Amino acid sequence: MSDVILSVRDLHVTFGQKRKKFEAVRGVSFDIYQGETFGLVGESGSGKTTIGRAIIRVYPTSGGEIIYKGEKINGKIPKELDRRVTRQVQMIFQDPMASLNERAKVDYIVSEGLYNTGEKISKQERQQRVEQALLDVGLLPEFSSRFPHEFSGGQRQRIGIARALIMKPDFIIADEPISALDVSIRAQVLNLMSHLQKERGLTYLFISHDLSVMRFICDRIAVIHKGLLVELADTETLFRHPLHPYTRALLSAVPMPNPAYEKQKVPLVYDESVHDYSVDQPRWVEIEPRHFVLGNESELTEYAKMCEEE
Amino acid sequence: MENRETILSVRDLNVKFSLRGKVLHAIRGVSLDLYKGESFAIVGESGSGKSVLTKTFMGLLDQNGWVDSGSILYHGEDLAAYKTEKQWLKIRGREIAMVLQDPMTSLNPLKTIGAQIGEALKLHQGIKGAEAKKRICEILTDVGINEPERRAKQYPHEFSGGMRQRAVIAIAIACNPKILICDEPTTALDVTIQAQILQLIKNLIRKYQLTTVYITHDLGVVANVADRIAVMYAGDIVEVGTCEEIYYSPRHPYTWALLSSLPQLGVKGEELFSIRGTPPNLFGEVAGDAFAPRNPQALNIDFTERPPYFEVSETHKVRSWLLDERAPKVEPPEALKRLTPEGGSLYE
Repeated sequence: MSDVILSVRDLHVTFGQKRKKFEAVRGVSFDIYQGETFGLVGESGSGKTTIGRAIIRVYPTSGGEIIYKGEKINGKIPKELDRRVTRQVQMIFQDPMASLNERAKVDYIVSEGLYNTGEKISKQERQQRVEQALLDVGLLPEFSSRFPHEFSGGQRQRIGIARALIMKPDFIIADEPISALDVSIRAQVLNLMSHLQKERGLTYLFISHDLSVMRFICDRIAVIHKGLLVELADTETLFRHPLHPYTRALLSAVPMPNPAYEKQKVPLVYDESVHDYSVDQPRWVEIEPRHFVLGNESELTEYAKMCEEE
Repeated sequence: MENRETILSVRDLNVKFSLRGKVLHAIRGVSLDLYKGESFAIVGESGSGKSVLTKTFMGLLDQNGWVDSGSILYHGEDLAAYKTEKQWLKIRGREIAMVLQDPMTSLNPLKTIGAQIGEALKLHQGIKGAEAKKRICEILTDVGINEPERRAKQYPHEFSGGMRQRAVIAIAIACNPKILICDEPTTALDVTIQAQILQLIKNLIRKYQLTTVYITHDLGVVANVADRIAVMYAGDIVEVGTCEEIYYSPRHPYTWALLSSLPQLGVKGEELFSIRGTPPNLFGEVAGDAFAPRNPQALNIDFTERPPYFEVSETHKVRSWLLDERAPKVEPPEALKRLTPEGGSLYE
């Protein structure tokens, strides 16, 4: 196994104060390895986006550690490290209609990050880098003098990716990058992302609610529910034998292009009351190699049995 | 299908828009029949005209758009000839209702959910006062909202996305329509909520004897709900058939492309199929098969002459020269071979 690039240890993120406190992330731990695509799946409100934003230092954390390449990057950190992290960790956003500055030209949108690095770059150099970034995502360099409204949704998402690429990142957080796109354009963006990964050894944190997309692009998937991870495994393992009832419900909800199967399918609905955590508190355990699950003692025994039966 | 009474019949419909001095031909000669009690899905990319088509059924075209020619027959009346708002008010809501994509923007944020349903009840059925209150609670229960009395007094911002979409459906149902048009009803929702909303619409169809039209860009979604599917491209229906025909034996290259770009069919580590290029510009006329420029296997004739409909079966019609007897045999993409009735969930 290759090296750990990002390690999240017992992460807590809290919004609001005192009595109005809301814990969006309640103690989440996972490792992301160099060069892999790590998926984070959950419903809206589960805290998946919050985790992404905590990593990129937009949201302050209230507990736990985020370790990037061996250095702690949450909380108070030296300015030099902050700058390095800002450059190396980039983000791709969900809605390409909303995430681009309508009043700026593509040239500025793509190169905006470069102004902030403290690095002295000449005008030509910047121009050249913008052109290269646009070429990398399959757009023409001439586009740099246009405004975002002149582009289609798929092209705008490419601009969003170019903006991340120009910083020469190592780690990219993609927050629902294709949810707002048409099916035919989804395929283009997904292909572009995996192509870039192969070419430059990028590591992705891929955040989505759609498991059908995740199966295609992710190496490992973590399932999050109400601020807690409930299961984490290699993609194949997770799809072959999901253990936690919430994972199973999510999987059953994925629509299949098969009417014969769909019309007799009964989607599982996750009911939290199946867990009795009043006495026996749940633990986060590696139930088989590389397969983590959340459960209390009796549930874990059951899960272990399910693993053996496989 | 045993029940074949036609409820809505569209013949050779052409819709045009005037945009910046130019004329955009958004719907290019669409004909379709909607049967009573069925659920019909229209699938296509954005810009294919699927929303525009259904908007003409309700007289909701933008100011700069008009029905150029063709007819829309509903109960013996030609909706395409309707001119005044007064005429349309008899149809809108009362006969044909619509559920829009984004539940965040289709509700009035300043009125309670109950008031918004009550509005529809009063306008279309003349139900008021205590009776309306009772009916509101019944409808809210029907769409799966618990504690209807309390929920009816709440505002849209107190509802989650899925609940809001249920409220929108409740408003549509309150008018007691014959036809329910769902324009991307689940696109803005999570996968789990999506499954619930689809299930809900299915139940309502049975309870209220609705005829439904689904509009979506995602062929993965409608397998569950549709009886028949029409695939639209560049303002034209290129293939129409029963759900099984479209999924298990699609014949038009565009349907092939749409199906094989589904991530459910993708194999990890391989390129996912993607459609090259962009949809044609509908300013001015499109020559031949509109999909030809994006179709790597297009025939010469595709670029010059518009294909007629070829009948594969009584229910399955395809607008593609590939079905002409003189056409060379072109095999559908490899990935589609995994789509069979026995295929199960594809993940097992």
